[in-house]
Amino acid sequence: MPDGTLPVLDVQDLKTVFKTRAGEVHAVNDVSFHLQKGELLGVVGESGSGKSVTMMSLLGLLPMPPAEIRGGRVMFEGQDLLTLDPKGLRSVRGARIGFIFQDPMTSLNPVFTVGHQIAEPLRKHMGMSKKRATERSKELLELVGIPDAGRRLHDYPHQFSGGMRQRVMIAIALACDPQVLIADEPTTALDVTIQAQILELMKELRDKLGMAVIWITHDLGVIAGIADRVMVMYGGQVVEHAPVHELFANPQHPYTSALLKTIPSISGKRAARLTVIEGQPPLVLGAPTSCPFRDRCAQAMPVCATKVPPRYDVGEGHDAACFLVDPLEVAHAG
Amino acid sequence: MLTFTIRRLLMSIPTLLFIAFVIFMLLELAPGDPMSQMPLTIPPEVKEKMRLALGLGEPWWVRFPLWLRQFFIVEPQYWIDAIFGTNFADGAQRIISFQSRSPVFDTIAQRLPQTLWVVGMSYIVGVLIALPIGIISAYKQYSVFDQTGTFVSMIGFSVPPFFSGVLLIVIFSVQLKWLPSIYDTTHVVTSWDSFVFQLRQMIMPVMVLALQTTAQVSRYMRASMLDNLSQDYVRTARAKGLSESTVVMKHVLRNSMIPVVTVIALGIPSIFGGAIITEQIFKVNGLGQLLIIALQGNDIPMVMTITFLLAVLIVVMNLIADILYGVLDPRIRYD
Repeated sequence: MPDGTLPVLDVQDLKTVFKTRAGEVHAVNDVSFHLQKGELLGVVGESGSGKSVTMMSLLGLLPMPPAEIRGGRVMFEGQDLLTLDPKGLRSVRGARIGFIFQDPMTSLNPVFTVGHQIAEPLRKHMGMSKKRATERSKELLELVGIPDAGRRLHDYPHQFSGGMRQRVMIAIALACDPQVLIADEPTTALDVTIQAQILELMKELRDKLGMAVIWITHDLGVIAGIADRVMVMYGGQVVEHAPVHELFANPQHPYTSALLKTIPSISGKRAARLTVIEGQPPLVLGAPTSCPFRDRCAQAMPVCATKVPPRYDVGEGHDAACFLVDPLEVAHAG
Repeated sequence: MLTFTIRRLLMSIPTLLFIAFVIFMLLELAPGDPMSQMPLTIPPEVKEKMRLALGLGEPWWVRFPLWLRQFFIVEPQYWIDAIFGTNFADGAQRIISFQSRSPVFDTIAQRLPQTLWVVGMSYIVGVLIALPIGIISAYKQYSVFDQTGTFVSMIGFSVPPFFSGVLLIVIFSVQLKWLPSIYDTTHVVTSWDSFVFQLRQMIMPVMVLALQTTAQVSRYMRASMLDNLSQDYVRTARAKGLSESTVVMKHVLRNSMIPVVTVIALGIPSIFGGAIITEQIFKVNGLGQLLIIALQGNDIPMVMTITFLLAVLIVVMNLIADILYGVLDPRIRYD
């Protein structure tokens, strides 16, 4: 529910590289996006497209070295997160920006009780007493729909199922009432019914608590159901960005179109084979000099090999990084 | 947990009885004669009488139950009598050493403090040094500190105490004349000066033994920490905004200690038996030295008793390691 005011999170030209033996891997290349209050931004892309790395870069969660943030600005509450010292970053992490990770089976510490793990950020960031933190942890467990919360606080993660553990992870992320919640493929490791439950829960919580959410996934079906806006990433770059209906109805980038074609349809004749995008996503060694999707693109042109396409506006809140939609090129062709 | 402990304790009884039997039969079948170190001037028939006097004329099925009775009934009775002034033992025969003709347990009680002081202290020192080294090495993997630690561990693993011990003696006793080369067992700590003397004579044997312990435990600690540092829950802990010290010293350490505690607990029996060579080098009158002399003299009761005590320690430490495992890791419950 964007309200048109200043964005809560504004990322400009973020650049992250990994130093490896083979050379520098440019995992995030000039990524810019913003997030409005109460909005749900979907981030889609294949594995290795830089979705997670982008989000982890924001809060210094990448191991450095080998990772290194080369440039950009991450404005949050009037300060640039990239210039904060580790202590300052820690006061943002878990307090005003919450994180949910992909695999709930391994994301919780096996030797501490669930109650302890929820109470930790409460005591650290909000200075709550042990008793108060326990009460609040119980409320949080109830909020995420875990029955018999008071008793389950004393249970260990292995006593919870995968879906329940993800609920616990959500409770931890929500503990300090964050303005922004970053969910990194939170339903990927769960089976479909549990996935639907978690999605419902997240929608409900977002409406109730009014926080902004960044939802990383490679499941376009999930995105269609919950996102307000969608950002498609490929090769560490944002290739297309649009309101959710616009993106599904009117994709401009060949990669987005190809992605949408890979979704199997439940109506009509059953296809003999699932549609795929041929080839592998690139590992960007060195600074990118061309369109990353060029090798797999059916509509590649000579210009694609010579420079990186900038993001062209193609409509209301809709942009795509492709020379096909370059107003000048279009004019030439016309 | 309690039922588990009781069950394990009950199960260890047949285990220990079997171990006792195996040790006894091994000693029985081994060649050697307790009289072999007697002067050659003693006529063979006198030697034979001495053998009979030691009870060696009886077959093993008489001597083995007798030893069991002495070990499990008479000795505890004797020590209870000694402490509470009761009279359970009623003058029953205790286990007697062939060599010294004195009760085996009295000799062990004399030797135990030396061993505990030197070997036990070295184990504690070794573990206390090893844990921080392991933690820092893992946290700063491939740093100069880690590389140095790896190098020192390699030395600790590969240089035997009979070399490092003698090397230390040559450097610190012979050349620099800082430390005594011989451990004075009769020394009694009564004042500050005598305490300092005790420390000075302990330094070298403790260091030689601690080097080995440090090498082993720090490697385990490092490997275990590395294993856990890359786990997803560490990322979660960081994403919660916890400080690095909380993340490493609480979340990671608690998980990393689980296997290391087992290694430490299982290493404790070696305190009592593993320092034989070091005790010889520094002339520490400990249990290791006692065992060696008893072996050389075919002192069967002494060898049998010390070996069996080691077996008991190993069984007990195994049990303790298992219990600690359950305490540290909530995923393991024995009920």
